[in-house]
Amino acid sequence: MSLSITLTLNGVTRAIAFEDARVTLLDLLRDRLDLPGTKKGCDRGQCGACTVLVNGRRTTACLTLAATLEGAEVTTIEGLAPEGTLHPVQQAFIDNDAFQCGYCTPGQIMSAVGLIAEGRAGTDPERIREGMSGNICRCAAYHGITLAVQQATRSMVHPDTAAKTGDAA
Amino acid sequence: MKPFDFKQPATLEQALTLWHPGAAWLGGGTNLVDLMKIGVARPDTVIDITRIPGLSEIDLADDGSARIGALVKNSDLADHPGFAARFPMVAEALLSGASGQLRNAATLGGNLMQAPRCPWFQLPESACNRRNPGSGCDARQVGGLALIGASEGCSAIHPSDLCVPLLALDAVVEVAGPDGHREVPFATLHRLPGEHPETATTLAPGELIVALRLPAGAARFAGHAAYLKVRERTSFAFALTSAAAALELRDGRITAARLALGGIAPKPWRVPEAEALLIGQPPGAEVFARAAAHALEGADPAARKNWRRLLAIRTAQKALHMAALGTPETLPALPGSVFRSPAQEVSHA
Repeated sequence: MSLSITLTLNGVTRAIAFEDARVTLLDLLRDRLDLPGTKKGCDRGQCGACTVLVNGRRTTACLTLAATLEGAEVTTIEGLAPEGTLHPVQQAFIDNDAFQCGYCTPGQIMSAVGLIAEGRAGTDPERIREGMSGNICRCAAYHGITLAVQQATRSMVHPDTAAKTGDAA
Repeated sequence: MKPFDFKQPATLEQALTLWHPGAAWLGGGTNLVDLMKIGVARPDTVIDITRIPGLSEIDLADDGSARIGALVKNSDLADHPGFAARFPMVAEALLSGASGQLRNAATLGGNLMQAPRCPWFQLPESACNRRNPGSGCDARQVGGLALIGASEGCSAIHPSDLCVPLLALDAVVEVAGPDGHREVPFATLHRLPGEHPETATTLAPGELIVALRLPAGAARFAGHAAYLKVRERTSFAFALTSAAAALELRDGRITAARLALGGIAPKPWRVPEAEALLIGQPPGAEVFARAAAHALEGADPAARKNWRRLLAIRTAQKALHMAALGTPETLPALPGSVFRSPAQEVSHA
């Protein structure tokens, strides 16, 4: 069957046609739209590597059928910050060495952006770890990830205290 | 994944007309799409109901009751300040389930209808009466899963956290179908496997959950309610055992009590006789232990399940303790976890 959707992808409105209703948002991004920054890990919603923002909220692209996305606004790691710049969460991941192999990192960063927007965790390390539990890092960079989310939260939510890093995580 | 037709009805009437045997409703997709990928769900038609208007509202009435549309996302319900204040253990159960990403997608109706996590149900090449009636049950190789309520044919455990407090609070499910609308008391929504494990709920084919209501009386437990969930890791794991406990206290005595358990049976489990043991008593370790033990009466005595029976009793006991202490002002950092803030630590002698 022939399907078509119009969505706003990383700020650009695009009409997309595809033939098979089985196409997930993840496969659409990686295989058809040349946006491989979103990673495929488990492909079953358990690892978080495919996390993107749909209408501003983090979700797993692997469990989202593309056909359901008519009119949606999708943000991937490629569209998080203007070309040549870094989003505060990306900068915080670098500053805190919050990765090793890097495969889970786009999902971690998108999830952190979503978590900070939800406002649930603040800079409480316990709440950050709970809020980030949908993202697995097999290199176990969790300590750095927690520090990075703390730093990014400070710089985004409380810019005045952004310089004060170093809360115990 | 088996190919399927994709339908996106604009109205409830259209959706009900589109349904036929072999079709599946799609809400958030967190359960259905996953099961389709592994070949456990094989619908020929997927009916995306998310464009139907009027199914995404949270209405709190002045009398204390609430009506929640079937398409309300788990995170939206848990984060609704008025709802969480009125039904704190429902909010906590929601936040103890899945991950932030999944809670943003998963819907209320889908949560109520979610499939079991039995490893043999999830493995198409194994025998499973739930998935393939008459094929047998490979979970019997390990003596079955559920502690209580299982049959020879199926012992899969109901995986939902949300359903546990909903059962405790006497929720009502509003259903639409080809023959019109009807209401289903929560206690009769899920059924025990018995001779027909393939039929997990009392909904007729082609019926669709449109809303859930919490009765006005449920809000009186807001001050003394707790959801406790024991799992193999602190977050993003299904319950080994869980309990929703709610009390009404007057002059130092329990005047109303609710207790439901999760992770132990093919459906969320509630034993009214266990609740009755609490009425008129002052809250305390002994009466909580008695009620908790009563709730597990009839549990499988098999030695290999005994640790979970004991864990379920202690989970229920501790949930009752936490309810007696009072609902915390804010949700704990780790929703449903046994690792809570010091104020929540129990010190009943």
